[in-house]
Amino acid sequence: MPSNDRTDVIIVGGGIVGAAIARELAKYDLNVLLLERHPDLAMETTKANSAILHAGFDASPGSLKALLNVRGNELFRQLQADLGLELKLTGSLVVATSAAEMDAIGELYSRGGENGVPGLKILSREQVLDIEPNLTEQTLGALHAPTAGIISPFGAALAFAENAALNGVKIIRECPVTAIAVTDGRIAGVHTPHGFIAARFVVNAAGVGADTVSRLAGDDSFRIKPRKGEYLLFDKKASCLVKTVVFPTPTKVSKGILVSPTVHGNMFVGPNALDCRDADDVDTSAAGLAEIVAGAEKLVPGIPVGASITQFAGLRAVADGGDFIIGPSPAVGGLVHAAGIQSPGLTAAPAIAERVAAVLRDLGLEMKPNRRFNPVNPPRVLFSELDAAARQALIRENPLYGRVICRCETITEGEIVAAIHSVCGARTVDGVKRRTRAGMGRCQGGFCGPRVTAILARELSLPVTAVRKDTVGSYLFFDKIPRLCEVDSR
Amino acid sequence: MIEQAYDVVVVGGGPAGLAAAVSASDNGALRVLVIERDRELGGILQQCIHNGFGLHRFQQELTGPGYAGRYIRMVGERPNIAVLLDTMVLSVAGDKTILAVNPRDGLLKITAAAVVFAMGCRERTRGAIRIPGSRPAGVFTAGAAQRMVNMEGYLPGKKIVILGSGDIGLIMARRLSLEGCDVKAVLEIMPYSNGLTRNVVQCLEDFGIPLHLSHTVVGVHGKDRVTGITCAKVDDALRPVPGSEFDLECDCLLLSVGLIPENELSGDLGIEMDGLTGGPVVDQLRQTSLPGFFAAGNVVHVHDLVDFVSEEGETAGKYAARHACGLSSSVGRLARIMASDGVRTAVPQVVRLDDVRTAPVRLYMRVARPERRVTLRLLSNSELLLERVLPVAKPGEMVVADIPADKLRAIGDVVTVVLRRQGGEQGE
Repeated sequence: MPSNDRTDVIIVGGGIVGAAIARELAKYDLNVLLLERHPDLAMETTKANSAILHAGFDASPGSLKALLNVRGNELFRQLQADLGLELKLTGSLVVATSAAEMDAIGELYSRGGENGVPGLKILSREQVLDIEPNLTEQTLGALHAPTAGIISPFGAALAFAENAALNGVKIIRECPVTAIAVTDGRIAGVHTPHGFIAARFVVNAAGVGADTVSRLAGDDSFRIKPRKGEYLLFDKKASCLVKTVVFPTPTKVSKGILVSPTVHGNMFVGPNALDCRDADDVDTSAAGLAEIVAGAEKLVPGIPVGASITQFAGLRAVADGGDFIIGPSPAVGGLVHAAGIQSPGLTAAPAIAERVAAVLRDLGLEMKPNRRFNPVNPPRVLFSELDAAARQALIRENPLYGRVICRCETITEGEIVAAIHSVCGARTVDGVKRRTRAGMGRCQGGFCGPRVTAILARELSLPVTAVRKDTVGSYLFFDKIPRLCEVDSR
Repeated sequence: MIEQAYDVVVVGGGPAGLAAAVSASDNGALRVLVIERDRELGGILQQCIHNGFGLHRFQQELTGPGYAGRYIRMVGERPNIAVLLDTMVLSVAGDKTILAVNPRDGLLKITAAAVVFAMGCRERTRGAIRIPGSRPAGVFTAGAAQRMVNMEGYLPGKKIVILGSGDIGLIMARRLSLEGCDVKAVLEIMPYSNGLTRNVVQCLEDFGIPLHLSHTVVGVHGKDRVTGITCAKVDDALRPVPGSEFDLECDCLLLSVGLIPENELSGDLGIEMDGLTGGPVVDQLRQTSLPGFFAAGNVVHVHDLVDFVSEEGETAGKYAARHACGLSSSVGRLARIMASDGVRTAVPQVVRLDDVRTAPVRLYMRVARPERRVTLRLLSNSELLLERVLPVAKPGEMVVADIPADKLRAIGDVVTVVLRRQGGEQGE
């Protein structure tokens, strides 16, 4: 719980943006607290998006989106090495299938140039089909962006958070902000179910809830409209039809329904774009799934729908103006927004974090470098990627690495236990899944789910009935009531 | 790394694997190994605590663990059968080198003269059938829930809806009723149950649990935990009928929507697969397209009765032992079995014909849809090999028929299996 030390900055929200800010602020000699309302980080938009490291040609030149996308893309190169991020620079293609679309990708090319995106090229039909032979026959050409790639978004958020925590940031989960105290027009602190926490600055990184958090402080300066996107993810064995991120030519509303590999070797298609009222409506629908399959088919015919292993939806946090809102609140001193972070928010996150740090400095926060800052996370063991000798050594040291719990992804008990006991470790079944991939394979936890539940109960000293799937109240199992199944002897 | 060599290595210690190991031992294999990933032998039988197992094999009604226990004892009585528990096979190479791992020995490199695949099957999931809605806790596959209830002692919910009337779904409807749960309904997308008739009667009708045929789940509700589902009637093309939706309040949705043979290891080897069964193409010896690799049980095709699984395991084990002893099973002419006209699958898919084969060839078939008073015919070179009248045929119950040994010589390159409605009309 909050210590008696003075808290300099409270970050509200533990998605990719909040986690990146936490890690950025960890570079300074500050007392930083990150509050997350869910049992784990990365549980909203960060866990359900297109997982793409965008090159940065989409956004209008001069916008925050354009600026921070290109900068974020650069920053991720070093972060990949430091934090052991799962990231592959596959490149991306924006495919044109008509003369009008060829014109449109020409515009994207010029816009990308203005945004400072390196290496853009317009490819001919032959060149495109050479890279992606499964594309539609209608392909006329494409914009190729070599700096685009794919990344594990929740992996990145968890790695940022882990590094932040290792460097002194306190992360408190299951700690919603219920009210924000403002004294004389300045932030005084936040109220939580665990008590009041005094702080000089609050950074609002609450994703689709950012307008609600802002209003808690009395700042009604923007609205977030959640816009839902649905996705289908496919079995690794259904051979991935593309090697790069393949976009259609974008419309005004969205980048369109894309086809892409994931960094773990699956293929996915999506998203559509549906405005919705609720900030927690992540239901999928039959119509939506049909829409994304139809959209994907236009780009890459022969989408193996029968080999899909899961479907999910995520919400984009769309702010009124369309651009990111990063800067001090116009209404409340000490409140800094990092709001309206929709695509390319994942790519931009480390650059958003730099900007937020600059804003805090401008607002008078003294930021002395943290001399003990270590940018590197301890390496994570991935049993399935080790050679025989390394596996053998690992098992000799800790026999739990010799027990495979998730057979689809070959994840061992040792990796699961490590994920639970790591800094900011997993507390839920889905938390284990996001950290280790156990349960992400074709059987979707049918085999390992009960085993992961038992391991969580054992390692966290919880009864099995207290183990949750993901959200605060998502308990999985009930105790039996023995009386009901016994024969009445009267 | 520990290196071991065996005549026959069986991957999987469920009913198929145990029968294969016993049979391999009894048919001349000197060193037999069973590799099992769980901490005990028996496979899924250990969580099937209901009775009804073994009527064919032992002429008794046993429980799952009771049935497994008999085979575990038989394995124990044969000192030349070694067992590795808590051990996962990571890969199998074409030269029959197996890489496995367990906490005690670390990595193991095991070489075999013959391999029997007996990995069983896994359950089809919510994602595979694309049920829309939210993704709260409380959606489980029926088998995973069965394990929690019967082996770990926890309930998956209190108010239950079950999608799919396969046998596991039916068994779980009864099981959870006995535990005091309120089983609201079983929904089945097909116009008929896919389970054994006896299970429909004993697990649903006897407990007053409604079975809604031609219905499916079109929505899951709830944020943290399931609060209800929306179901709908489906048309002949299995599409939900607009306007037919109704809600059922529940805190748990169990899925019994099909089993998928677990063939990741066999698939990696490039073994020829049957798209309809989901398993490898095998001959009557249960040898796959790769000589020396055999397969048995639910890894080949999903069975209805464990008795047939054991029988198949026995066959595979016997011929794996013979292969290991240098008596090749890869000689002779091959004939292809083609299921058509109302017959969905037939196993084996290949019949091996040679001079020494004098045993009848037993075929296990599943029909495409329920039929009454149909005739099953096996034809080759326009000669009738076999004709059987089936008073009733259901997709959930395997049809078993033997091609008599004396008919084998008449077989050409292809054997066609068809159903004819009585009166000569084809079962469409």
